[in-house]
Amino acid sequence: MEIANLTKKRIKDYLEAGKRFDGRDLLDHRELEIETGISINAEGSARVRLGKTEVVAGVKMDVSEPYTDHEGEGTMITTLELLPLSSEEFDYGPPKIDAIEIARIVDRGIRESGMIDFEKLCIKEGEKVWTIFIDVYTMNDDGNLLDASALAAIAALMTARMPKYDEEKEKVAFGEFTKDPLPITKNIPLTFTFHKIGKSIILDPGREEEAASEARVSIAMSSDGKEAKINAMQKGNEASLTQEEMFNIIDLAEKKYKDSSKEIFDRIEKNLKGKK
Amino acid sequence: MAYTKRPDGRKFDELREMKAKVGVVPRADGSALFAFGDTIAIAAVYGPKPLHPQHLQNPEKGVLRVNYDMLSFSVTERKKPGPSRRSQEISKVTEWALAPALQIDNFQNTVVDVHITILQANASTRCAGINAASLALAHAGIPMTDLVSAVSIGKIDDKIVTDLIKEEEDYEDGEGATDIPLAFLSKSGQLTLLQLDGKTSTKKLKEAIEAGRAACKEIYELQKKVLKEIQEK
Repeated sequence: MEIANLTKKRIKDYLEAGKRFDGRDLLDHRELEIETGISINAEGSARVRLGKTEVVAGVKMDVSEPYTDHEGEGTMITTLELLPLSSEEFDYGPPKIDAIEIARIVDRGIRESGMIDFEKLCIKEGEKVWTIFIDVYTMNDDGNLLDASALAAIAALMTARMPKYDEEKEKVAFGEFTKDPLPITKNIPLTFTFHKIGKSIILDPGREEEAASEARVSIAMSSDGKEAKINAMQKGNEASLTQEEMFNIIDLAEKKYKDSSKEIFDRIEKNLKGKK
Repeated sequence: MAYTKRPDGRKFDELREMKAKVGVVPRADGSALFAFGDTIAIAAVYGPKPLHPQHLQNPEKGVLRVNYDMLSFSVTERKKPGPSRRSQEISKVTEWALAPALQIDNFQNTVVDVHITILQANASTRCAGINAASLALAHAGIPMTDLVSAVSIGKIDDKIVTDLIKEEEDYEDGEGATDIPLAFLSKSGQLTLLQLDGKTSTKKLKEAIEAGRAACKEIYELQKKVLKEIQEK
């Protein structure tokens, strides 16, 4: 989105005084809502709202051949569509770079954290393994689709159950589910995207703030209970960052992860229990 | 065995529980959700706005453009993202179903975009989509002479059945299943959508159309109700 230079300057001035248009502090998120089990035909699904930004994610599974260099492991494919329904700026057609980038950052966070135990998704080594499809769709764009998408994807995975596999026909019995959850570990990634506007660093930008963003850094972190680790990062947008700014962002990410991870995971778990 | 009982226990002329809500996509000019039981459709309207590329513009009137698609995980076997032959046909017939209710002749060179997304599917998705789109167009304040209501009527064996579910669509005994999605201009009762696949006598088809009209009157009442609620807000 293009915004007027005047608006950009106003946002910068506000931030330098430690203020935002909607009254939030610089590192505050908008109100967060997580709802799971939103589509009965999916193995797992979730809706995330950050203020007026809304995304939905679904998990579907199928059986396929493994990669030759990982014959005993299942596979995962993450896609994201910026639906024209969610913004007048999005068009139909094959996914463009904006959508591809978000999907890849979400994918890397999940893959590298070890959230999924891919070895347990092997049916017959070298021949048949489970493939997890994580499909994310935007429903309303009001900024920060990236963090919302990452959160919807992990919530859908955490609440997914394995489909039934027909051993005789060697096929998935579509529409029939087992009670087994996916092989999920404790290392569940949370993604925070920091934006640099002027000299300020903010989290969870609204649409106008996102348009004024000069540089952004996405950080996906997870923890095995002992130590928080960074699993995926991406520096985006045109402006450069000093090493000091980058160090600051890394420290902020660690603090944010420690402060908010328990609450976010509790909310997903609670939502799940409410459904049963 | 004759078809005497519906799998979900409904009467033959009974609709599933419906849900309708407007304003579900705040960024759009108008939006709505419409559900027949487990089938959930969301529609968003953007426009009237200048139509690009320019050669698509009509200097005599505004253009309605509809796009229907399903989320990959809305069905039991994952649907590949992107348009299919099926979704393109449904988009077109939905456009024809809605167009007669619109008065966009004065918006020359512009387009009204309607985006329909199926969140969860258990048959009748195009009808749920049309009902949601009709609400979203009204919510966007597009001039309309009428609302459009749609329902899928089936002939299962020899019975006329309102608002089919997937299990009924797949019925194979006796005369099998015939699926007939229908849409009507709600006040005038004129038909704006009729598709059919299966096999039926002309007599049974006429019965089905009458059943469709009766069901659409009920749908129209719900559509009016949710639109009046926004007026009151």
